Amino acid sequence: MEEETPVTVTTPPHTPSGTQPPRVPIRIVTGPAGAGAAAMPAPQPGEPGGHGEPGGHGEPGNSGNSGEPATTVRLEAISCWYGGFRAIRDVSLDIERRRITALIGPSGCGKSTLLRTMNRMNDLVPSFRLAGRVTFDGVDIYGRGVDPVVVRRRVGMVFQKPNPFPKSIYDNVAFGPRINGYRGKLDELVERSLRRAALWDEVKDKLRQSGLSLSGGQQQRLCIARTIATEPEVILMDEPCSALDPRATLQIEELMAELSRDYTIVIVTHNMQQAARASDTTIFITMGDDRAGYVVERGPTLRIFTNPEHRLTEDYVSGRFG
Amino acid sequence: MTAAPASFTRRTPVRERLVEAFLALSAAIGILTTVGIVAVLVFEAVEFFREVPLLEYLTGTVWSASIKPFRFGVLPLVTGTLLVAGLALLIAIPLGLVSGIYLAEYASPRIRTVLKPLLELIAGIPTVVLGFFAINFISPILLKSLVPGIGGFSVLAGGIVVGILVTPLIASLSEDALRAVPRSLREGAFAMGATKFEVVRRVVVPAALSGIMASIILAMSRAVGETMAVVLAVGANPQLTLDIRESVQTMTAFIVQISLGDTPAGSLQFKALFAVGATLFLMTLALNLLSDRVVARFRNRY
Amino acid sequence: MTAHPAGPVAAPAAAAPRFEPSLMRRKLAGTVFLGVCLLAVGLLLLTLAVLLWDILSRGVPWLDAQFLTSGPSRRAARAGVLPALVGSIEIALLVALITFPVGVAAAIYLEEYATDGRINRLLRTNISNLAGVPSIVYGIFGLALFVRGLGLGFTLLAGALTLSLLILPVVIIASMEALRAVPHAQREAAFALGGSRWQVVRGSVLPAAAPGILTGIILAMARAIGETAPLILVGAVTFVTFLPNPIASGYTVLPIQIFQWAGDPREDFQSLAAAAITVLLVLMFVLNALAIVIRARLSRHLTW
Ligand SMILES: Nc1ncnc2c1ncn2[C@@H]1O[C@H](COP(=O)(O)OP(=O)(O)OP(=O)(O)O)[C@@H](O)[C@H]1O
Ligand SMILES: [Mg+2]
Repeated sequence: MEEETPVTVTTPPHTPSGTQPPRVPIRIVTGPAGAGAAAMPAPQPGEPGGHGEPGGHGEPGNSGNSGEPATTVRLEAISCWYGGFRAIRDVSLDIERRRITALIGPSGCGKSTLLRTMNRMNDLVPSFRLAGRVTFDGVDIYGRGVDPVVVRRRVGMVFQKPNPFPKSIYDNVAFGPRINGYRGKLDELVERSLRRAALWDEVKDKLRQSGLSLSGGQQQRLCIARTIATEPEVILMDEPCSALDPRATLQIEELMAELSRDYTIVIVTHNMQQAARASDTTIFITMGDDRAGYVVERGPTLRIFTNPEHRLTEDYVSGRFG
Repeated sequence: MTAAPASFTRRTPVRERLVEAFLALSAAIGILTTVGIVAVLVFEAVEFFREVPLLEYLTGTVWSASIKPFRFGVLPLVTGTLLVAGLALLIAIPLGLVSGIYLAEYASPRIRTVLKPLLELIAGIPTVVLGFFAINFISPILLKSLVPGIGGFSVLAGGIVVGILVTPLIASLSEDALRAVPRSLREGAFAMGATKFEVVRRVVVPAALSGIMASIILAMSRAVGETMAVVLAVGANPQLTLDIRESVQTMTAFIVQISLGDTPAGSLQFKALFAVGATLFLMTLALNLLSDRVVARFRNRY
Repeated sequence: MTAHPAGPVAAPAAAAPRFEPSLMRRKLAGTVFLGVCLLAVGLLLLTLAVLLWDILSRGVPWLDAQFLTSGPSRRAARAGVLPALVGSIEIALLVALITFPVGVAAAIYLEEYATDGRINRLLRTNISNLAGVPSIVYGIFGLALFVRGLGLGFTLLAGALTLSLLILPVVIIASMEALRAVPHAQREAAFALGGSRWQVVRGSVLPAAAPGILTGIILAMARAIGETAPLILVGAVTFVTFLPNPIASGYTVLPIQIFQWAGDPREDFQSLAAAAITVLLVLMFVLNALAIVIRARLSRHLTW
């Protein structure tokens, strides 16, 4: 199936540009590859280079363009098990703030697993076990005293199959604010969220209808609106378009580009064009002979697709694999 | 009758045809039973309504089938039945629903494998045994000490035992309904930072509501048709009352009373048995059909 | 959540959760509900325990050879359950004998033969609705059909037939489930060998479904043994001191015996009722255990 199994994670140096380039459906630039190296995993405190401007990433406290650390979620030497089966082997990576990061890789390599460690959704799977550290703005989200409920409120998630609750459109969006004791004007928040999800015009006259009465693409945007309404900082998307037609897919992608001004987005996709079109950074994951997933390569999307460092990546993105 | 696949038809021997006829006939026995039950009830009830006007039966407030003057106003039996069933549901709905939620959402697989058979055990207790429990424990020991002025037979005692009887029904049917709620809905709610309880209360239970409703309606139907426990716990005093400390008579208890005594076959009382039976049958049939309908709506949901 | 600064520069304020105060309350609601759950389940189990204790503590001391070998008596000390016990066993066997062929045949028809969707659905809905008819209504039907219509009189046979109608939907549904559980490959393999539909069913499907069907029948027997109300209508109320003959008039069964004794307020008779209940429960327990054993045994022999 594949020729080599790297023992450790190899991530080529790369530097995303510090300022957000305007996002167009097909991205052209992310900045020169290979400049200003920041080694992964976890940069060593004393390590020279990579932390300066522009766009050193991964170090808490290292400001991007607004005094915040460039990294939001960081995985440090993560391994995951379902019962005795190891699904993820020793993955380290970080997710840049207000960027769109795409996770690509063959089916079953552990993309969803990895995504779901970022908001502790896997806690719901009884056999799941995790080693390593996951931090969010520097805080260990699996640390003692951290409640997964709080983590999930700040790291929202959109699923592969649209899963609106069997309630009205309004109640779907109001669900999160309500449970979180939102004090402001709910109507306004619902409208704002639906507008941001580019759904308002289509549903403003039927807010009381069931969320299930919408089309698939509308349902998925409703789920995005629902997620936005809780005001998370990160939105995880697990193949959000795989159940949608091309038109609805494009709508969602435009929406993502729009949302990434305020939100950090991580998207899992099987669609190479989608990853190429819609993301800033791409992480390629595959699995070893023991079917445990590991990161092969991470870099600016353009480079991953045009000039990958690894044979495995090249094979995959060019469709010779999986 | 269905034919065997085309290539076999010509060679189907007589013996196999006979077999198939027997199979089809067996399958039709259910229909025959239904038709038979309806025919018997209608036929005998019509005899009864020749002598007692339907309107008097339906609106009369006095039921006196064994003491002269005979009066056949069914309201006391109906209210007695509904009172017991209502009380039973008052107990069984919270108890059964909460147990069902616990089994479906909270209990670990190990606890579930212990708890489910125990619930089935309760569901499998013969109703006459629960009647004995009512007469031997609930009325004389439990209720005597808790409710002043309560007699040996009471609506309350009947409601409690019938409640015990139908709780497992509600529990296991609503557990099924809750489990049928797709996991994606739960995950969606969890992913928005809902606590477990919020997921259950605001997403899972509402999504399973029609299944839960259906289980409650079925429990109602069971409670209305329940006989032995009620005969022993509630007594045989057909009176129009809302006092749950009183003894009343349910429709089923009346049927038992008539068939226990040596009522002559052609008498009016004996015909009344069929009229009451028909009333009971119609009530439970309506409830069962209603629950079917609710379940069907539930199926189309996802 | 604020106690984990990850680097020399402390995590910014964003790490401080914004909705925390209410979270305590929300969690508390969940804890309270879990408490309610445990309370409800506990109450159910407590009820079961009290019920069993009430019956066994009263009944077991009365269980002796005398009780198991004599008939009812006006004097509690000399009363026993033999006729009722034998009546119950006879009725259960008769019910099994009647419902087995008919129930399995109906299930085979519905699962393997009936291809017309409408008729099939009608039959199925009908069966599930029959399962919801109160048992006492079956008693009324049995009274009209078997006792009077067919002239069987108040015999054990009439009682068994009545209970069979009552139990039939249960047997059919259980058998249908057992048949459905047989893998399709099993059927196709047999068809491929050129078997006719009936040959396939008899030679291939039925043996594979046998454990499930048998289990269903035995569980149905256990239910039949506990039924009371319909038998009151078809005449099982007599004070019977002799062992019942299925086609002669006069029989009683355990639940009826229990009913009679339970209705007698005298202490001794209450204890007799409890003792008879104990016998009934043991009988039902044995049947249930049998069902489990059979399922385990047969399915081990017939692995596919
Ligand atoms: N709940 C679970 N229990 C046991 N094993 C699981 C569970 N979820 C996932 N796995 C296993 O973990 C591995 C990774 O699964 P995961 O769903 O993360 O893959 P994926 O990359 O998202 O695949 P896909 O592209 O098909 O969605 C797979 O081998 C899968 O079988
Ligand atoms: Mg996946």
